[in-house]
Amino acid sequence: MNILEISHITKTFGAKKVLNDLSFSVPEHSVFGFIGQNGAGKTTTMKIILGLLKSDQGEVFVNGEKVTFGQNSTNKYIGYLPDVPEFYGFMTPREYLTMCGQITGMHKEEISKKSVELLKLVGLEKENKRIKGFSRGMKQRLGIAQALLNSPKLLICDEPTSALDPMGRKEVLDILSSVKEHTTVVFSTHILSDVERICDRIAFLHEGKVALSGTLEEIRNVRNGESIEIEFFTEQDADIFGSICPGGKKSGRTKLLFQKRTERDMLDIMKCLSRNQIPILRLERLEPTLEDLFLEVIGK
Amino acid sequence: MKQFTAFIKKEFLEQVRSGRFMILGILFCLFGIMNPATAKMLPWLFEIMSEQLAENGMLITGIEVDALTSWTQFFKNMPILLIVFIVMFSSILTTEYQKGTLINVITKGMKRWKILVSKLLIMSVFWTVGYGITFGITYGYNAYFWDNHIVQNLFFAAFGYYLVGLWLISTVLLASVALRSASAVTIFVGAAFVISYLLSFFPVFRKYVPTFILSSNELMMGVVDSSQCFAAVGITIFLTALNGGLAVLFFNKRMI
Repeated sequence: MNILEISHITKTFGAKKVLNDLSFSVPEHSVFGFIGQNGAGKTTTMKIILGLLKSDQGEVFVNGEKVTFGQNSTNKYIGYLPDVPEFYGFMTPREYLTMCGQITGMHKEEISKKSVELLKLVGLEKENKRIKGFSRGMKQRLGIAQALLNSPKLLICDEPTSALDPMGRKEVLDILSSVKEHTTVVFSTHILSDVERICDRIAFLHEGKVALSGTLEEIRNVRNGESIEIEFFTEQDADIFGSICPGGKKSGRTKLLFQKRTERDMLDIMKCLSRNQIPILRLERLEPTLEDLFLEVIGK
Repeated sequence: MKQFTAFIKKEFLEQVRSGRFMILGILFCLFGIMNPATAKMLPWLFEIMSEQLAENGMLITGIEVDALTSWTQFFKNMPILLIVFIVMFSSILTTEYQKGTLINVITKGMKRWKILVSKLLIMSVFWTVGYGITFGITYGYNAYFWDNHIVQNLFFAAFGYYLVGLWLISTVLLASVALRSASAVTIFVGAAFVISYLLSFFPVFRKYVPTFILSSNELMMGVVDSSQCFAAVGITIFLTALNGGLAVLFFNKRMI
């Protein structure tokens, strides 16, 4: 079943069409990466899902229920982490989580049990000072705890890692992948290595539409063929092989790159190498990176 | 109900920890003491100045100070206190938009109208208690030094100021829903008051605008009777409720 379904959403701000007939769906128990450049409409889409913004056209369904702008009842299924989570600085993390728990209608024992559990998960269990003095990374982690408090079916994170240092990023990503069993995670980002690390499905948002979507494998297979890179011991060998087997491009002093080759081509290259007795240092199949795909999608 | 208590608790904690609670407490007490104190000091002040005034040909004889003097001070000082109160609470909702703190609360399933009612309640309770303190202190001192009974319609005149305070608080709420900054909210509330004040210059409207019930001097001296204020009281109550209702309606459709 799809926990989230977005169909034909359009949203304009003034003369700018931010979302143009956007449609995609997210199946349960997956980590869904929502990728796009800055200003591609990721945050806008998320705010529409939460009923914080009104779409011009189209519908959104969360857990099979329709999202309405303003007073939105489907938010009970959702945990949301805004891009810059803001809290009441005069409260301590425990006090804040208690307030959130009461707002979602949790029982007293449940709140204290969950708070302890989550603060431990995000590494804030020892923080008893007020949120006012928290660093950006700490706020981000408290944001995750807050979003997971009511055990939501759908966790939406808006660029959870973009403002963090490498250590903070790793921590946040680890937390997100650890909650996958109970929750579907949708997170937006423009950091592609994050996506490769934890997502099993992705969608590229470009010019208000989904330019490319599917599982990580599907997306990688979109490109027909992969590249093959051979590294020789000497530049001479590289040049000789380049003349025997045309189509290669020099990608370094002793390296040749063959683009868009099949597995059959790979075997032929190996046969050719051994027939001509050319020793090599390394032969590698290069998988297309998301970055390549991303650049291809945005047409650069 | 749980949502309600959780949010009211948060509001109260905010007022206490931000120091607003204490500042207001001190101000309300201070103003309460100031009214009888000023009245008490008045003859003494005149005495100091009498020599100078005598040189200018003015002769001061037998300054009479009574409860009425002190109550006049009370009603003269109240607008200042009310302005301070409004300015202090003008950011009650706008800072939440500016910081984005409401996003977490709303996406947790908080009913929007409960946010507004919590804020209205906190402001009203603070105003009621604070006003009560100022009134109580002035009343106590006046009873001790002089006699409160010479003042006519005292409780009604005090009620008038209190009610106008509530009306302005509800205006703060409405303005906060529509506008984005605290200064804009303050200006809006000020404008509402000025409009009411200007309308009172037209004889047709005079008795029907909220500012009419601020005619404390006339009330205390018995020039105006409380029954003449009933229409204005009714209208003020109606406007207060209208502000609250409109605020809830707008807030439900506001982009946060």
